[in-house]
Amino acid sequence: MTAPTDTSAPVAGIPATGAARQLLRRLRGRPAAVVSAGVLLLLVLLALAAPLFAALEGQDPYAYHDDLVDSARGGVPYGSFGGVSADHWLGVEPGTGRDLFARLLHGARVSLLVAVGATAVQVLIGVLVGLAAGLGSRWADGILSRITDVLVALPMLVLAIALTAVVPRDFPRPLLLILVIGLLGWAGTSRIVRAQTLTLKSLDFVAASRLAGSGRWRTARRELLPALAAPVITYAAISVPTNMVVEAALSFLGVGVTPPTPSWGQMLSTAQTWFRADPAYVLLPAGLLFVTVLAFTVLGDAVRTALDPREASRLRVGTRKETSR
Amino acid sequence: MTRYVLKRLAGAALVLLALSVLVYALFYLAPGDPARLACGERCNPRQIAQVREQLGLNEGVFAQYAHFLQGVFVGRDYSTGTSVVRCDAPCLGLSYQSDQQVTQLVLERLPATASLALGALVVWLVVGVGTGLLSALRRGGPTERILTVLTLAATGTPVFILGLLLLMVVCAYLQWLPFPTYVPLGENPEQWAWNMLLPWLTLGLFESAKYARLTRSSTLETLAEDHIRTFRAYGVGERAVVTRHALRGAVPPVVAVSAVDLGYMFGGAVLTESLFGIPGLGKTLLDGVREIDLPVVVGVVMVMGVAVVLAGVVADLLYAAADRRVVLT
Amino acid sequence: MTRHSEDPLVEVRDLTVGFDREGGSVRAVDGLSFTLGEGRALALVGESGSGKSTVAGALLGLHRGTGARVTGSVRVGGIDVGAAGPGELRRLRGGVAAMVFQDPLSALDPYYAIGDQIAEVHRIHAGGSRRDARARAVEVLDRVGIPDAARRSRSRPHEFSGGMRQRALLAMALACEPRLIVADEPTTALDVTVQAQILDLLHELRRETGTALLLVTHDVGVAAESVDEVLVMRGGREIERGPVDSVLGAPSEPYTRRLLGAVPRLDGPLRPAAPAPTGEPLLEAVDLRREFGRGKRAVAAVDGVSLTVHAGETLGVVGESGSGKTTLGRMLVRLLDPTGGRLRYGGTEIGALSERELRPYRRELQMVFQDPVSSLNPRRSVGESIADPLRAAGERDETRIRSRVRELLDRVGLEPDRHAAYPHEFSGGQRQRVGIARALAAEPRVVVCDEPVSALDVTTQAQVTALLAELQAELGLGLVFIAHDLAVVRQVSDRVAVMRGGRIVEQGTVEEVYGAPQDPYTRRLLAAVPSLDPVLAAERRGRRQELAAA
Repeated sequence: MTAPTDTSAPVAGIPATGAARQLLRRLRGRPAAVVSAGVLLLLVLLALAAPLFAALEGQDPYAYHDDLVDSARGGVPYGSFGGVSADHWLGVEPGTGRDLFARLLHGARVSLLVAVGATAVQVLIGVLVGLAAGLGSRWADGILSRITDVLVALPMLVLAIALTAVVPRDFPRPLLLILVIGLLGWAGTSRIVRAQTLTLKSLDFVAASRLAGSGRWRTARRELLPALAAPVITYAAISVPTNMVVEAALSFLGVGVTPPTPSWGQMLSTAQTWFRADPAYVLLPAGLLFVTVLAFTVLGDAVRTALDPREASRLRVGTRKETSR
Repeated sequence: MTRYVLKRLAGAALVLLALSVLVYALFYLAPGDPARLACGERCNPRQIAQVREQLGLNEGVFAQYAHFLQGVFVGRDYSTGTSVVRCDAPCLGLSYQSDQQVTQLVLERLPATASLALGALVVWLVVGVGTGLLSALRRGGPTERILTVLTLAATGTPVFILGLLLLMVVCAYLQWLPFPTYVPLGENPEQWAWNMLLPWLTLGLFESAKYARLTRSSTLETLAEDHIRTFRAYGVGERAVVTRHALRGAVPPVVAVSAVDLGYMFGGAVLTESLFGIPGLGKTLLDGVREIDLPVVVGVVMVMGVAVVLAGVVADLLYAAADRRVVLT
Repeated sequence: MTRHSEDPLVEVRDLTVGFDREGGSVRAVDGLSFTLGEGRALALVGESGSGKSTVAGALLGLHRGTGARVTGSVRVGGIDVGAAGPGELRRLRGGVAAMVFQDPLSALDPYYAIGDQIAEVHRIHAGGSRRDARARAVEVLDRVGIPDAARRSRSRPHEFSGGMRQRALLAMALACEPRLIVADEPTTALDVTVQAQILDLLHELRRETGTALLLVTHDVGVAAESVDEVLVMRGGREIERGPVDSVLGAPSEPYTRRLLGAVPRLDGPLRPAAPAPTGEPLLEAVDLRREFGRGKRAVAAVDGVSLTVHAGETLGVVGESGSGKTTLGRMLVRLLDPTGGRLRYGGTEIGALSERELRPYRRELQMVFQDPVSSLNPRRSVGESIADPLRAAGERDETRIRSRVRELLDRVGLEPDRHAAYPHEFSGGQRQRVGIARALAAEPRVVVCDEPVSALDVTTQAQVTALLAELQAELGLGLVFIAHDLAVVRQVSDRVAVMRGGRIVEQGTVEEVYGAPQDPYTRRLLAAVPSLDPVLAAERRGRRQELAAA
């Protein structure tokens, strides 16, 4: 009783071989995505080569320079724009006189590492749990889905703050952040994977695979997994900036990366008390964080639209990405 | 309907129970000695042992959890060595640091959080939904493009950066407002409002980006639906099509997401509260973490859990009220 | 109502509509001209992609602002649609010409009461108070046969059934007393009995108000029931136009003849009678049941069905939506587990076997699915899909697999060299052939076809059903052919089972069920099937009224 579909024209559908190439081609067609990718590439390079660049400047991110700050005025750097000079390209940190350029680059390492690492943990757990719920028995699905519901419902930031409190101080903080954000934030991925698996399971081609005599595993590998790649990549792409903000937020609150290790959020945390005397100290990490998060967001959006324009609008409305307030 | 609410509340109770188990397990099984932390850096082993006894930490994990539940449902007694303190249900324990009842502490901090949340709600409903609607009406034009860029920029701005920038510009540079300090509503309503203005704007504008996108995309999605074509084909003007028919499709998601977000604010607005020094639940949580005051942390997380879970139920009910096609089961 | 006898109501001259697509532009309509007089009815008939719906949209200027390029002239009720200002266009839409869309659920705003939506439209054209408009809405709803219209006008669309919603759309069209109703596939989403009711209603309303009708449809039978004139379209162009009885009775163009020849009809030729089935049935269901949900809310989708399928015969299963025919089909191949009854295959009880125990039988029970889009994995080449049963059977020799796949593709009428192509490179009919090849690769003995042709155009339909019949004869398959279309089932089946509400209400040979139906439901179904002969159609309309009155 359905109307005859347009049977003369081929229907859209992306064979696996061309998918990656097609994604790249579509992304290239969007200037915003290209610019964002360029910015991110530059940042990653800067972060990777942070020690090299710091050496080029001739500075160390941890060395104090008491002579560069005015102790009479509470530690405000001498000179304009937070003490910019030929030796210190972006000025120095108020109070301690540590070199800002070196600290910002080293901070980028932490921010990027935590954001990407946490996303990887989320994707891994999310895909496994989602698949288990989607393919498993009703019982398994029920239990896993309830756990997912609980995790989705609770603000990640609050639980993360609570969690960071109980772990001993000497545990490496970046690793802790990756684990905490990863372990608390997989629910979104698992929901999407489960929903997608259930949808796929109901499609006729999966039924046909069963009729052909293929076992469960063969069916999952051939028919389900390739179709899951697109939504998982999409969700991972929009998760990276979110995770980056969570890391910055935790460090900002003083429960994330602890001094002397630099991270943008942690720099902003100390900058809170300096913004009247030394605005540059706020604006530099804030600007970098803003640009990076924005670039990731734009790129994530572009990936989402490029992979599946129709799915994109549903993702935007249907799933809430956790935000840190 | 009643049946649905009861079912959901029963489910919510289960979620909260699960949350309490989780939180309890995390804190009481984690490495580190709460007694030592509660006692402070300079305690000797004998004092620590005493504190451990007082806090009931010598009991097994299950007994401790049972006592916690007992406190929540019927109340419990605490001995502080010399005297016995009665903690009535719902008892969330005593603060390690101040010996204050956590339930009381939470109740004291609730008004500040509520002030922040409700004000922010007004801001995001006006600014966020307004922006979204405007960009849907002016789609394809320069207005939409400008709004899209603004929204995108706002999406990329973490709330603490937005707050810091507002503080720098409004308070430090332009000096339009004094640096905010929290004044309770009951004390001086006018001062309360002036001091809350910046926090409201910060949190509200931050959330607005999401609501602008939500409103715009729901409206556009509805515009692409078949029934819009019907009204166009019957001579209904474009403005009426958007405001009467397309915007109507954005109401259920906006209302439901607002309810959920409002729930999140109770305990979740840690960054804003911390930045502006608002003594709300989020700040309480953060202080609890800094002072390793585990009962306070557990208490705030539980209260937040209640708020979030209830908000979820309310959101579903509101969604169903706004979209009658939805059948609650 | 005033009549402008000198000018036709609709005058389309040299209409061309082009759309920009990825990689060039497409002409959906290409130099079409026709006229339609006051009170007359014209059907645009064509298969998918013929441009018929695009023409309907052009009459109301709906292509404005969509990026479509419209040339030529369209005049409706004296208004030049191409040149009309916004005010004039609004007057045209709904006031002069009202549109009735295909899917009645999505064509109405889900958030507002139906009465309010009709009133909104009415006020735009007639002005007046809100209360008057509301009263008019109730009046027209009553007119289209909605019982208790005043109360029901406060209901939202989802609270109406499909047929009721289509009535409500007709009411909206009537609200402003238009001179023309443009109906775009108005009954395609409906069951055949409901379709008949809506067509009868449309007929009656036109007789009463003298409104002209432009009907867009893929279904020649629907056109025969409703119009005076027919315009057959293909590829955006006119193929043939004329009075309905001459075009359908004595078509002059080869395409029209082909189209009409492909339409299955209740008075068409039967397949040669098969010898009465003898011996053990291949597949036998006894009191088969399937419930969904548990406890008090359990619903029996299939409620005690017994049937047999013999080698070399086709059992047709017909029923309207919700009759349980798809659930039954899936149980027969054990894609769904029965919750009760027995299912025997070649003498073995397989209804309760576990997936592991089922393995030896799996490949012998195959299925051809309805939707040619979702039945093939878009990410795998068709050759890979067809090879699945071979690989699952343990075949490892790639060259043997390759040659078997080529052989199968050839057998179902596809180019063997296309085994490496992906599903989106094939048309709907070709994809259905791929699905058949995949089923055959398993060397089945029973094939269940679930609506295998309902998503296809009639000419393609005819080819696919012919292929199925041919393969069956050649391989001696037991075929179960599930469909909602009574004429298709009649054409392909030896025996027929009529389903309703999860039960079989009547079962027998094609001659018995179609020639002398015993069950009143079967009779109603048969009376509802549109006829290709306009004279016969009028006769059947009378019969339906009798049946309804009885």
